[in-house]
Amino acid sequence: MSQIALQNVSKLWDSTAAVDGVSFETDPGSFLVLLGPSGCGKSTTLRLIAGLEQVSSGRIYIGGEDVTDLAPAKRRIAMVFQSYALFPHLTVSENILFGLRVRKTPASERSRRLDHVASLLGLGALLGRKPSQLSGGQQQRVALGRAIIAETPVCLMDEPLSNLDAQLRAEMRREIRALQQKLGVTMVYVTHDQSEAMSMADKVILMREGKVEQAAVPDRLYAQPATVFAARFIGTPPMNIITLEVAGGTTIIANSEAPILPTPIDALLLGIRPEDVIIAEKGISARVINIEYLGADTVVTCVVGSQFVTARVAGKAALTPGESIHLVLPPEKLHFFDAANGRRRDEVSAIATPDTTNFVQKVLV
Amino acid sequence: MGVEGDLFHEPSGEVGRLLPRSAGDAVAAASRRSNVVMSARWATNVNGWLLLLPSAVLLVTFTHYPAVATFIGSFFSTPKGARPAVFVGLDNYQAMIEDPIFWQALHNNIIYAVSTIPLTIVLALFMAVAVNAKLVGRSFMRLAFFTPTVLPMIAVANIWLFFYSPGYGLVDQVFSVFGVPAHNWLGDEHTALACLIVVAVWKDAGFFMIFYLAALQQISPNLSEAAALEGASRWYFFRRVTFPLLMPTTLFVLINAIINSFRLIDHIVVMTRGGPNNTTALLLYYIYEVGFKFWDTAFAATLTVVLLVLLAAMALGQFIFLDRRIHYQ
Ligand SMILES: Nc1ncnc2c1ncn2[C@@H]1O[C@H](COP(=O)(O)OP(=O)(O)O)[C@@H](O)[C@H]1O
Ligand SMILES: [Mg+2]
Repeated sequence: MSQIALQNVSKLWDSTAAVDGVSFETDPGSFLVLLGPSGCGKSTTLRLIAGLEQVSSGRIYIGGEDVTDLAPAKRRIAMVFQSYALFPHLTVSENILFGLRVRKTPASERSRRLDHVASLLGLGALLGRKPSQLSGGQQQRVALGRAIIAETPVCLMDEPLSNLDAQLRAEMRREIRALQQKLGVTMVYVTHDQSEAMSMADKVILMREGKVEQAAVPDRLYAQPATVFAARFIGTPPMNIITLEVAGGTTIIANSEAPILPTPIDALLLGIRPEDVIIAEKGISARVINIEYLGADTVVTCVVGSQFVTARVAGKAALTPGESIHLVLPPEKLHFFDAANGRRRDEVSAIATPDTTNFVQKVLV
Repeated sequence: MGVEGDLFHEPSGEVGRLLPRSAGDAVAAASRRSNVVMSARWATNVNGWLLLLPSAVLLVTFTHYPAVATFIGSFFSTPKGARPAVFVGLDNYQAMIEDPIFWQALHNNIIYAVSTIPLTIVLALFMAVAVNAKLVGRSFMRLAFFTPTVLPMIAVANIWLFFYSPGYGLVDQVFSVFGVPAHNWLGDEHTALACLIVVAVWKDAGFFMIFYLAALQQISPNLSEAAALEGASRWYFFRRVTFPLLMPTTLFVLINAIINSFRLIDHIVVMTRGGPNNTTALLLYYIYEVGFKFWDTAFAATLTVVLLVLLAAMALGQFIFLDRRIHYQ
């Protein structure tokens, strides 16, 4: 078990920063996920931790030791590559044992550990095969096996599930999480899939354009997104971001008569998750423009004023496009963001909640 | 694919595709069915053969017929003036076994092959790995190593003819700096073959490097990173991973190198003409002399058959022996 800490780490390619002043730390034995859209610098960050790339500035610590200038092999880490990076000419067992052979581990120790890893991952019957004779999921297991046989305190994974089909991905997700907890290793896991991050992580580092957008536990990331970007990146369908305007001493949804706040506040964006929007008898007037039935629930897209509002309702909604309906946006579920910099404005939520309920009811009734 | 295929297609095969499907046609169609199948197959075959014909004609005229004619010719005497060729059985082979120059040419050729092939391959591999690494001036190096290959053989031979010239040639000039006296490199029985070997290595290494380079670029950089994380040295990685993954290329290069070493003739014609005293006469050059200078075509045919059998045996041996130990991707 080892703690990992990054202090103000940057990596420049030519003059553009792929990683730009990133700092975070993990608890020993915890599961950290680096999340973000493609090209935001997740892989580069992971490769910096592994020592496969050199930092342009900043320090990296593993287990309290400054490893910034250490060779990859000296950092006591294991890594699973997106492509698996299995040696195509070696059998499964030779692939798994590669590192132990390099380090000249005695043969008896090697076979003991191989047996252990093979039974842990269910690879027993495949040990004599070549990677090309394995399915994608099996190759993935071999790559995992090669990482865990080293028994290093830290394991790094770069989008290890992105080449698998959806069902297998869900299965491996649970398996990797269980394995990490069983072995007690500190995991840094890169993904662009927010549901993967939410379901596996102890802590999520959400990245954007080389910077940390928000670092938080998954439920906090969902409940209190720090920025509009974080709000839209987490959750499917993404959070509604609605432009507000000031009219007659109150704040309303742009180009509508839908009241939001009893006080006028400029340059404000309203966020509300589709699952928090309620379709009701009374409330804000809206017109249905699209209905997407997903089985367990239905995603209904409406227009309010000049703004789109998406609602997610359970089961199959008996609505048709063009129909007029009423929406309720519960005040305690509202998120407010600054329209200029996208940052969360908690003080607005704080003043909003007690007053809004009364205000909205008064206006609408 | 499997499910859809089974559900939506009747298992009627070719007939289904060729025939009209309306109910009225069905009876007539059934009686025609076997005929149509036959003629359709026949048409497909004829089509295929016609498409192959041009290349087949060329291949037969210029490759297969000469090979067979050569083989047959080796059992006849050389026709001379009014005397036509007569069947002489194995006489030509007997004569060959008793011919000391044949043995010398074979011996020369084996020395030539055994020294050029490993040298060329090792050098090609070394250059490829060097040029594949993240070096500054990498593209310049690639070009430099490849230059000998694009030069015409005769031009190469002429350049080296100058290098080796006694006294004022480049080799002697360089050696003179270290006080080595001038030497007739190509005129000396002890050094002439070595001179040809150097030229061949210099010329072929760059060519084979390109194949190694192409193969190296197929190897994912993640493999070396994975090995580096485990603490493998670069040499260990080369030995355990790179070299085994390059084995298909090595086999290909090896076979080409062997063929090259047994069909070398241009350099000899320009630089030594087999001399001095036959020390640089390789098999093909000797065949050329026998056939086109002495006009003993039957004997030349015999030598050719032996050369072909040698080459075929080696190529076959390599494929059978090495194939089992090679990983193909
Ligand atoms: N070896 C490299 N050379 C130059 N630019 C690179 C290199 N690797 C990554 N980049 C750039 O750095 C940025 C971040 O890349 P990466 O870390 O791979 O993103 P992610 O893994 O989040 O998709 C991208 O804009 C990418 O083009
Ligand atoms: Mg990536």
